[in-house]
Amino acid sequence: MSEMKANENSVLRLTDITMQFGGVVAINNLSLEVNQGEIVALIGPNGAGKTTAFNCITGVYEPTNGAVYFHGKPIAVNHPQGRMAKQYGGINGDLYKDRKPVVYTPDKITHMGIARTFQNIRLFKSQTAFENVLIGTHLRRTSNFLTATFRLNLREEKAMREKAMNLLEIVGLSDVANELATSLPYGKQRRLEIARALATDPTLLLLDEPAAGMNPQETDDLGEFIVDIKNRFNLTVFMIEHHMNLVMDISDRIYVLDFGKQIAEGTPEEIQKNPVVIAAYLGVDEE
Amino acid sequence: MKNGKLRLIISLAVVALLYAGGCLVEHLEGTKSMVVTVLQKGAVYALIAVSMNLLNGFTGLFSLGQAGFMLVGAYSYAILTIPMAKRAAVYQYYDGGWVQFTVGVIPALLVAGVVAALFAALIGMPVLRLKGDYLAIATLGFAEIIRAIVQWDTIGPLTNGSNLLKTYPTLKNIMPGNTVLFTFIVVGICIGLILLLINSTYGRAFKAIRDDEVAAEAMGINLFHHKQMAFVISSFFAGIGGALLAMYQGSLQANSFKSSMTYEILLIVVIGGMGSVSGSVLASFLFIACSEWWLRFLDAETMVGDFKVPLLAPGFRMVVFSVVIMVVVLFFRKGIMGTRELWELGGRRQAKGGRRIK
Amino acid sequence: MFNTLLPYLLAGISVGGQYALIAVGYTLVYGILRLINFAHGDIFTAAGFFMIYLTASLPIGISIPLVIILTVILGFTVERVAYKPLRSAPRMSIMISAIGVSYLLQNLMWYLTGGLAKQYPVLPGLSQTIRIGSATTKVVTIVTPILTILLVFALVTLINKTKIGMAMRAVSKDFETSQLMGIKINNVISVTFIIGSAMAAVGSLLYFTNYTAVTPTVGAMPGLKAFVAAVFGGIGSIPGAMIGALIIGICENLIKAAGWTAFSDAFTFALLIVVLLFRPTGLFGEKVTDKV
Repeated sequence: MSEMKANENSVLRLTDITMQFGGVVAINNLSLEVNQGEIVALIGPNGAGKTTAFNCITGVYEPTNGAVYFHGKPIAVNHPQGRMAKQYGGINGDLYKDRKPVVYTPDKITHMGIARTFQNIRLFKSQTAFENVLIGTHLRRTSNFLTATFRLNLREEKAMREKAMNLLEIVGLSDVANELATSLPYGKQRRLEIARALATDPTLLLLDEPAAGMNPQETDDLGEFIVDIKNRFNLTVFMIEHHMNLVMDISDRIYVLDFGKQIAEGTPEEIQKNPVVIAAYLGVDEE
Repeated sequence: MKNGKLRLIISLAVVALLYAGGCLVEHLEGTKSMVVTVLQKGAVYALIAVSMNLLNGFTGLFSLGQAGFMLVGAYSYAILTIPMAKRAAVYQYYDGGWVQFTVGVIPALLVAGVVAALFAALIGMPVLRLKGDYLAIATLGFAEIIRAIVQWDTIGPLTNGSNLLKTYPTLKNIMPGNTVLFTFIVVGICIGLILLLINSTYGRAFKAIRDDEVAAEAMGINLFHHKQMAFVISSFFAGIGGALLAMYQGSLQANSFKSSMTYEILLIVVIGGMGSVSGSVLASFLFIACSEWWLRFLDAETMVGDFKVPLLAPGFRMVVFSVVIMVVVLFFRKGIMGTRELWELGGRRQAKGGRRIK
Repeated sequence: MFNTLLPYLLAGISVGGQYALIAVGYTLVYGILRLINFAHGDIFTAAGFFMIYLTASLPIGISIPLVIILTVILGFTVERVAYKPLRSAPRMSIMISAIGVSYLLQNLMWYLTGGLAKQYPVLPGLSQTIRIGSATTKVVTIVTPILTILLVFALVTLINKTKIGMAMRAVSKDFETSQLMGIKINNVISVTFIIGSAMAAVGSLLYFTNYTAVTPTVGAMPGLKAFVAAVFGGIGSIPGAMIGALIIGICENLIKAAGWTAFSDAFTFALLIVVLLFRPTGLFGEKVTDKV
């Protein structure tokens, strides 16, 4: 599996990713690929390991085994080591034992061009909507703390502010720019998180349940919105979502995860017909 | 935008007025008066409190090492400025000490900051990886270690061991009659710089870390790098603050820089409001005025006719004072200012320069 | 060699046992509230003053239980007044409140005693000197470790075998859930403070027999060291706190034996920092991970 042939369009590739916490195998041998310009969805019942997969991609967790590639470059490689070597519960535990482990912290990964939103919205609560987006522009700065203190970066600062305002405009929040982020309604907070993620200039956007807590109308709008920003910023989108209408509407391909294992992959039509997926969601007996 | 500029001008005018008032008071009342003492010490504490606020209030790092960095700053200043002629007397147990040169007051103040910042850079590398209360206790520990090292006999020729350092230039003798002006200028410049930093893109990153570390990291902010920056800058100003405190006191001993000093400053920061520079400044002057001046009468045994007023006795002032602090901590948790600044009062927060595009 | 070290070793075990009794209070409170109770050292000092003032007019046999009761009342009151109102506040606020209480207690003690050092009464039996091998020492040196081990054993039994102990364990695992399960959180927390304060009172009886002068700030340093001991042993673990305290007490005295007295305090903190860096959960602590 790990020797998948190189794909020039590949933006994100996971090979044999296993994430184990103590004795619990949260993800078992997950391999998937997301290509340039696609919208790919990761679905599965609660606790299937979807957010854990995101955390492995963004450097929040170090996977126990397997590799993550971004535009062909390894951004996480690991094999079971230390105490994990003994209690490893996944499969393919020896595939990467000759590879040098690669670890990047989340901020480095964001620098490379992967931005994310969070399932349980994590906005900066004491900041306004505008300031939240503005913080997203910080990582592309050229100033250091001295030039910033002595205001020698005025041009850059102006550009940052304009970019943040522009993004708020695009997500339709410019009228609440000066409101405290946490005082906004839920749907707007989700959009604000997306704007903040876009401020980091990503090429790959990871959305963790962007429609959670939205009503059907808002969900429909969100679908259009995701397609719109994907085209406008030339993005690739990888998202976790439970709203099946949204997933089936906008995704090019879907991966289905259950109990940490990938149980299906395909286009929306294929997934809808797949008996294994239906069983996983409806709890049909395997007999 | 206009509004913001107007506010800035008004604020600067108010600051200028306060400066003029402070200097005038000194000329009218004399350097020894209580008001002047409060203005001097209050200003020094203001700088130290703001430096601590940068860390605890703005970056969300609960550090309790401030007294240690003040100690480093104070000692650096004193060691460098004791006049050559006096060294033999001060370092009488150490043959006049190792340092055999003297630098001016301003360069010494800068060095005080830099040395404290260097210590912070070294200490920060290990401890800033710790979280929350572990960070608090580790920084507290380092402050104690610094205090022990400074009193170590082997480096006595440098620090004079556990003996007093004295005869260095103090507030009273560098600008006689204008001590308030000198303190206000140095403190003003330092706090001004901190304000500029807080309102820059780095300040925003600090606040992001305070609000949510995970989200800040996901925004590409290198946590360690930024925490280290806040830690070092805060210590730089704490070092200068320590040096000013040494200038205010006139003599210096490591034993006065105990953890209780850090606690006192922390309480000032809390009273002023975690995350408000003007709050810290206000609270410092209030704190010093209360403890040095307004509540003094509580310490004096007072007779009204034949009746001895109960409770009044030495130490009662501090009891009343700490009760007041507890009331603030328990019932007015946001302090005087919360996270706002004086010049933001009365208006809605502005997204500065956020002009509409299109 | 051994003969010269023996007195230091004995002193180390003794002072370590005294730290252990204070450390139990820290570790219990931290285990349940995730709070460094900065005021605990001052409660320990207060116990010293209680003893001084009580023995001035009462026989020692009555004073000792009274001291323990008064200290318990103090600890209980501090929790109710200064920590309980902040139950839902950010953790930083509670810690600041603890620092405020410490400041208040120190100032209050200074006011009440006039800031002068007070002489601790001589406890008959404990202060007598005895000979062990080549060393001369006080009886308290021998009594301390024995008493400490007995008390810690009793406490561990209480926590593992009784209903209230089960409640304490539950609360320390998960505050919210145990509340939902009908455990009366406030009672559990009060019991924690009561046990911690009682242990600190016993610790102070033993400690001040060796260090006879009591001043308002005298408890700050042993308090901090006991906290370090609790962290060292793995905060939340009672046997860990005891072992940590003994190690710190012994090391501290060996450093004194080596002629580095000025660094005996600094050593404790250096040890703390090393532990935090290499094993942040201490010797017996459990690992916790943040959820994203």
